[in-house]
Amino acid sequence: MGFLDRSRTVAPADWNRWLIPPAALSVHLAIGQAYAWSVFKSPLEGALGLSGTQSALPFQLGIVMLGLSAAFGGTLVERNGPRWAMFVSAVCFSSGFLISALGAWTSQFWLVVIGYGFVGGIGLGIGYISPVSTLIKWFPDRPGMATGIAIMGFGGGALIASPWSTQMLKSFGKDHTGIAESFAVHGVVYAVFMSLGVLLIRVPAEGWRPPGWEPAAAVVNKMITTANVSARNAIRTPQFWCLWIILCFNVTAGIGILEKAAPMITDFFAQTATPIAVAAAGGFVALLSLANMAGRIVWSSTSDLVGRKNIYRIYLGVGAAMYLVIALAGNVSTALFVVCAMVILSFYGGGFATIPAYLKDLFGTFQVGAIHGRLLTAWSTAGVLGPLIVNAIADSQKAAGKSGPDLYTNSLFIMIALLAIGFVANELVKPVNAKFHEPAELEEASR
Amino acid sequence: MRRPLIVFAWLWVGLPLAYGLVELVRRVTPLFTS
Repeated sequence: MGFLDRSRTVAPADWNRWLIPPAALSVHLAIGQAYAWSVFKSPLEGALGLSGTQSALPFQLGIVMLGLSAAFGGTLVERNGPRWAMFVSAVCFSSGFLISALGAWTSQFWLVVIGYGFVGGIGLGIGYISPVSTLIKWFPDRPGMATGIAIMGFGGGALIASPWSTQMLKSFGKDHTGIAESFAVHGVVYAVFMSLGVLLIRVPAEGWRPPGWEPAAAVVNKMITTANVSARNAIRTPQFWCLWIILCFNVTAGIGILEKAAPMITDFFAQTATPIAVAAAGGFVALLSLANMAGRIVWSSTSDLVGRKNIYRIYLGVGAAMYLVIALAGNVSTALFVVCAMVILSFYGGGFATIPAYLKDLFGTFQVGAIHGRLLTAWSTAGVLGPLIVNAIADSQKAAGKSGPDLYTNSLFIMIALLAIGFVANELVKPVNAKFHEPAELEEASR
Repeated sequence: MRRPLIVFAWLWVGLPLAYGLVELVRRVTPLFTS
């Protein structure tokens, strides 16, 4: 594979490890655009005569493909290296936009679905896991912080894309040619932006260690292994499935708020002396995005100091307490509601960002990227579960004639129960049985 | 080591992120002013 081959990406002795986070961010900030897809929904509906359900299809297929390509492409990413993975991600994500541009230009919506959803979705999944194991190898002393930076980028991507895409549609117009031009510009700009990652990414040379850092001295915690477990063996361990439950329910709880943030805050304070205006509800949603992004870097970095198990105790335990406060006293004060929701969303982001370091602690660095890819199926499940719970309950409560906070009370208690199950799953996480470890010679080769 | 490249790489990702954050702050403001 020449330039893209893993052997061509081994870092020279003077390579600085602080070049790796921006390489990872150039990919994650780009693919994080996925969460700003809603900007294109209404123009597409107007230009191509689509329903709301139809215009959501490219995004939904994209998220499904993210989960599938991360789960099934993880081993390939480990084998071929991060440069290959970032290149594939950039090509798929950018071509997805270009195919969509053709679809919008010719008014063939199926091309937009295939382009953005299928081809672009493969770029999302491969890109999401591409830098994870490389970052962990460059920052064995601070794996939580390193993966937190990259995964923060996925949250930050929508912050950039949302105003940028809105501005572009305003300039080019919201008819089908304007949308096509916007898609084309997105494809080209993201290709250039992601190329930094392809060019900068390096894997550390065999035996490289951060100056002054000794792995044996660092492993004082029995929850951090020096052994390695393959992706094939990892999914046979109870630890993998405990982490799957933890991630799934933590994400479900976060999506429960994120999905209906604007109507939720409006309904909670509709019958009070301080009702929330539409613009203010929009501001609340933006504030939650900020908490989600900040949580990824802050909590993940904190996990390097307090340990992965303890930080998930906080995410799940304090998260459940915050939900309880919203359920029992959420409409007492706007500030209280906003603060509790922000804490929950910061834990939602933190849960995403800390999981690769938790996997590294339990399964070693050998195939941590591939294991992470398989674990992301929990995200896909939560993506269906969270909105389903909140929307179905709110609709049934409305049909029963209820209003205000009553629309959400049952959902909030379900979220508390899910977080409690996640808390128990976290308590069940123990070091992996030695029978799943790779033979010593393979471990040496992986180092 | 490689300081100019590090500065360039961080600006490459930092400037778009700063733009996103500024736009975000503009959207958050009505929550506290209305």
